[in-house]
Amino acid sequence: MKRVGAISLKTVEWAGLLVVALLFVFPFLWMASTAFKDMSEVRQFPPTLLPETWEWGNFVQAWESGPFLMFTVNSIVVAVAILILQFLTAVPAAYAFARYQFPGRNLLFGLVLVALMIPGYIIFLPIYVQLSGWGLVNTLWSLILPYAASAFGIFLLRQAFMQVPDEVIEAARLDNASEWKIMWTIMVPMAKPVLVTFGLFSFIYHWNDYFWPLIMTNSDEVRTLPVGISSLRMSDGGTLWNVMMAGNMILILPILVIFFVAQRHIIKAFVYQSK
Amino acid sequence: MARVVLQQITKTFQNQKVVKGLNLVIPDGSFTVLVGPSGCGKSTTLRMIAGLETATDGEIFIGSQSVNALPPGKRDVAMVFQNYALYPTMNVYDNIAYGLRNRGTSKKDCDVLVKEIAEIVGLADFLKRKPSQLSGGQRQRVALARAMVKKPKVFLMDEPLSNLDAKLRNQMRVELTSLHKQLGSTFIYVTHDQVEAMTMGDQIVVMSDGNIMQVAAPMDLYQEPENLFVAQFIGSPPMNIVPAEGRSDQLWGFRPEKAVLLPASVSPVSAEEMWTAKGQIVSREILGSDTLFHVETEKGRVIVKTETEEIGQYGSNVTVTVAKPHVYIFDRVSGKKVGRLAERGQVSALAGGVN
Ligand SMILES: Nc1ncnc2c1ncn2[C@@H]1O[C@H](COP(=O)(O)OP(=O)(O)OP(=O)(O)O)[C@@H](O)[C@H]1O
Ligand SMILES: [Mg+2]
Repeated sequence: MKRVGAISLKTVEWAGLLVVALLFVFPFLWMASTAFKDMSEVRQFPPTLLPETWEWGNFVQAWESGPFLMFTVNSIVVAVAILILQFLTAVPAAYAFARYQFPGRNLLFGLVLVALMIPGYIIFLPIYVQLSGWGLVNTLWSLILPYAASAFGIFLLRQAFMQVPDEVIEAARLDNASEWKIMWTIMVPMAKPVLVTFGLFSFIYHWNDYFWPLIMTNSDEVRTLPVGISSLRMSDGGTLWNVMMAGNMILILPILVIFFVAQRHIIKAFVYQSK
Repeated sequence: MARVVLQQITKTFQNQKVVKGLNLVIPDGSFTVLVGPSGCGKSTTLRMIAGLETATDGEIFIGSQSVNALPPGKRDVAMVFQNYALYPTMNVYDNIAYGLRNRGTSKKDCDVLVKEIAEIVGLADFLKRKPSQLSGGQRQRVALARAMVKKPKVFLMDEPLSNLDAKLRNQMRVELTSLHKQLGSTFIYVTHDQVEAMTMGDQIVVMSDGNIMQVAAPMDLYQEPENLFVAQFIGSPPMNIVPAEGRSDQLWGFRPEKAVLLPASVSPVSAEEMWTAKGQIVSREILGSDTLFHVETEKGRVIVKTETEEIGQYGSNVTVTVAKPHVYIFDRVSGKKVGRLAERGQVSALAGGVN
């Protein structure tokens, strides 16, 4: 009796998971499918699930409809630069918060938490004014600098550093390692799964970010892919949804690749504590 | 190599004094064991010598140098931790080499030293492994190798064997002792296990509640405990303590292995030279070679350790006898040893060849 109950409960659980998975995966698959259809098929009703003819030309059209190479380069520069800066600022900050007693520590960490809770949309105006005062608006700097320090990164890394046993750090001190050295040769390698996860979050967020580049830039030379792709919508004769979706496929392809490569690390990051 | 001197060392954590003015000389090349019950401040003392904890008061010398202001890495000491504290992301080779690299040892010298040490501790085949791929005993060896490779003046060890199983622990005890002979450096070893202390140390420091109770060689500690605490801490089972006869300001004590059990029907040969008590056996523990009898006597409950289990029946009436030279006298208030009931020379053959 109990056994049957357990089994059917499992079934319900799985069914639920399947529904949720479909909810997430379907729009994505729909985008992929649309990217390969020709325009008449896009308009067809009832819609087809899979394209009748595979229209690779959409990708070419998307790529050639603007300076996409430049957008891509900008996107890479911005996302990578942010990643490096956040890494360089979060590691020492997290180490200090996790391992040192200093006056004002709680207050400062409180500020970090506050920063974590304030969405960028609220503070973009003062930042815009500030950057424009420095003459940085409409440069790549305006996309990079505001994100040079990540409250989320500091928070996440601090948790990871706090897990490192005291004795390991003490052993390193007895091995004549400087604090700087301990940070980079002991703490960072031990927090690798968390670092990888954070790096992915950060990269994906800034790679996909639409809002910030949209406000901070007004010429193609400094635009990133998401803004560039949205300009596909403005083509005359109505939106070419298939080309638009092909552009989006180009946008997310690098992220998919990274995700599949780093999957192992991501999963590890979430099961690390239990080891 | 160097001697270590503690002068009036005090440590206070949040207004709580945990080490209370220690004065201690640890001779050059000695194997000194700090032993005492849990929480008595052994680890704290060791960590102050290592520099991981700063002394609230007092001064520490290593060699002739005062090290109070030196960071741990500059004190020329190495420490082995209870949980080994290996660097989990580095393989065995890098674990051992880390300290050398931080000192600027050249890559070539480093390689020679690491391989040499790995050979000594029997890790030569494991250099490429991560600590998580090693057994407890092997990790222990890595921790030792990591300490040894720096050729420090002083080795500090905080219960390094307590995570090993009994067999491995015995083996490592022997290895550590011979290692100490080989290296000739000063070892300071913390344990709460008195057997470990007695078998390994050549100088034992018994601590209690942040104070030193006695500093002595193992045999002296056993035979001449300076106070009640040491008398009861060293030796297994602990010394029996009974009320002194005729003096309420004193306590008497004798070791379970020095007591003799006689059937109640037999009266002791020379009662004036013995402490005697009539009683009843209430329980018996067979340890293999020895047997412990718990005897409820008219003068309190005592434990007798003998080689045989002949007389041992529950409820048998027995007489416990102890030759007077084996009975220690302690001051009831201060716990200090006052002396013995009789001089040791007086032990006569009739007491059964005691001593
Ligand atoms: N960082 C600290 N903060 C506050 N109190 C501490 C700290 N470290 C140790 N203590 C206290 O100091 C006392 C002595 O601790 P210590 O670790 O030296 O004991 P120990 O003799 O090594 O005991 P054990 O055999 O259990 O390891 C204990 O009461 C402990 O609670
Ligand atoms: Mg301890």
